[in-house]
Amino acid sequence: MRQSPKLRFCVQTHSLQDLQQPAVSSKVFIQRDYSSGTICKFQTKFPSELESRLDKQQFEETILALNNLYAEAEKLGGKSYLEGCLACLTAYTIFLCMETHYEKVLKKIARYIKDQNEKVYAPRGLLLTDPIERGLRVVEITIFEDRSIGSGR
Amino acid sequence: MMKNCEYQQIDPRALSVSPSSAQNHAGKSAQRPRRKWEVFPGKNRFFCDGRIILARQSGVLPLTLGLIVVTCGLFFAFDCPFLVEHLTVFIPVIGGVLFVFVVISLLRTSFTDPGILPRATPDEAADIEKQIDTSGSSTYRPPPRTKEILINQQVVKLKYCFTCKTFRPPRTSHCSLCDNCVERFDHHCPWVGNCVGKRNYRFFYSFIISLSFLTSFIFGCVITHITLRSQASKSLVQAIQESPGSVVELVICFFSIWSILGLSGFHTYLVASNLTTNEDIKGSWSSKRAAEESGNPYSYNSIITNCCATLCGPMPPSLIDRRGFLPLDEPIPAPSASEMELPPFVAKNDAHMCTQSTKDVLERVVHSFDFHGLCPPGTPKTSPLGPEVSCTAAAPSPQTLPSASSSLQHARQLVPAPCPPFSRSSKKEMDSLHSINPAFRLASPSPSLSRTTLILGDAPDLGFIPLP
Repeated sequence: MRQSPKLRFCVQTHSLQDLQQPAVSSKVFIQRDYSSGTICKFQTKFPSELESRLDKQQFEETILALNNLYAEAEKLGGKSYLEGCLACLTAYTIFLCMETHYEKVLKKIARYIKDQNEKVYAPRGLLLTDPIERGLRVVEITIFEDRSIGSGR
Repeated sequence: MMKNCEYQQIDPRALSVSPSSAQNHAGKSAQRPRRKWEVFPGKNRFFCDGRIILARQSGVLPLTLGLIVVTCGLFFAFDCPFLVEHLTVFIPVIGGVLFVFVVISLLRTSFTDPGILPRATPDEAADIEKQIDTSGSSTYRPPPRTKEILINQQVVKLKYCFTCKTFRPPRTSHCSLCDNCVERFDHHCPWVGNCVGKRNYRFFYSFIISLSFLTSFIFGCVITHITLRSQASKSLVQAIQESPGSVVELVICFFSIWSILGLSGFHTYLVASNLTTNEDIKGSWSSKRAAEESGNPYSYNSIITNCCATLCGPMPPSLIDRRGFLPLDEPIPAPSASEMELPPFVAKNDAHMCTQSTKDVLERVVHSFDFHGLCPPGTPKTSPLGPEVSCTAAAPSPQTLPSASSSLQHARQLVPAPCPPFSRSSKKEMDSLHSINPAFRLASPSPSLSRTTLILGDAPDLGFIPLP
């Protein structure tokens, strides 16, 4: 008698996270640079922990681009004054309908960071965290364990 | 045929539980996603599900509001009818506009986040501690730490905040009443029931300026009213008897006008020189130094620029993200978890069932798919990775907003009510998340997770069959 084939499955009991997310090896924090005042600016000093993973130039490029974006957000100029005056005249109720210039630039920054992660950092086993999630205090770079070694059984 | 792996019959219960909390808490109220304001460490109170923030002791705010409303009420009731008749209809109009402006500014000042700095994550704090050489000190509280930096060629000392575990940015101060570090800290105003800092200074300033105008206006109108009436009735006492409310207004306005006008003048000076009350009181930049500039390194050395920068500058965002959702880091609730041999969601210390090589194979396979499609957003993670990094995408994935991803998912499930006045951050965040990462659009975790767990086309000796 033929036994109806009981399908037996090898249950992979890893959680999906295990499979997809490598362990975090360490985190590097790029602190703020206050030499120009209270504007949001990050230090461009290349941390030694990243030396094996990343080019100094690429790192600097990322940080400088971020600094420029934040400078754009905080720029004092005609447009921001206009926004401020308009807001004042409407007793600040205009912010209920309108997105501030700063928020628009923050979205731009988030897109830039995502882009950088996909193109530059993820292939090297690194992850940039958007500084807004850390209260604009630090740029956090997570270093993942290097898994490029061996797949033999 | 049957290879060396451990074979067991699929337990459908196991599969439905493993994507666990993300699915479960749609049903279970005990696991409802919590917003960040609910676990906020400072001494603040939140209303309207995190939209409104107040200091713990909102003490005198009701009194302030009460005084303003009562005075204006009496004004409209007693003085306006007479003045409209005898002077012009614009008097109540102007009074009304000023009143509205005052109340809105006051509420804005009280209910806005003044610029609270979120506390450092444990990783950050550890990193800073490492950098500060304690040289083997065994005391619990190391000596106060300061860091000196140069701002515009001026030496500024940054202090370390023991509560928030960071070095405070310049001009930031820790408010002991609210137990928060506040950027560009001016002072804690009991009348307003909140700290005055970077984000609400302009509201505070417009409040006191408009209040000065309102008080002066009412004072002037009342005086005019009483004068006209006493001329008409030839007796001051009679005039007062006819309009008793005016006397109350007179008394209130008389006593408040000195303090309000004084405060307005003082803050106008601060705005023009780009100082905070805190700095002025401490005399941080009192010009003992060079005569050509004030010692203040933040001043633009032009009154107009200082004013514009302080009052009309760009509005910085709130850094504490009150309405964001916490990443779910509860352990798997199901009782079958232990039987399943499913390791808990801990990043580093998992007990692996199969070998590393198998995992690599699986990884390769998963990578070969468009993993955005398979990645279940917002699946819980415990804290070894820090509370923020909770994404489960393939290694190393460009998920820059992992905590927000769970918030997005839960937000979609919960459909938050439309957002009244002051903070639209939640809706905006959701919109921005939608636009930022298309992975987040992909909906429920469980089907995709169960699918991915079992889709392994080219694994040589593992026969996996995708479940429907």
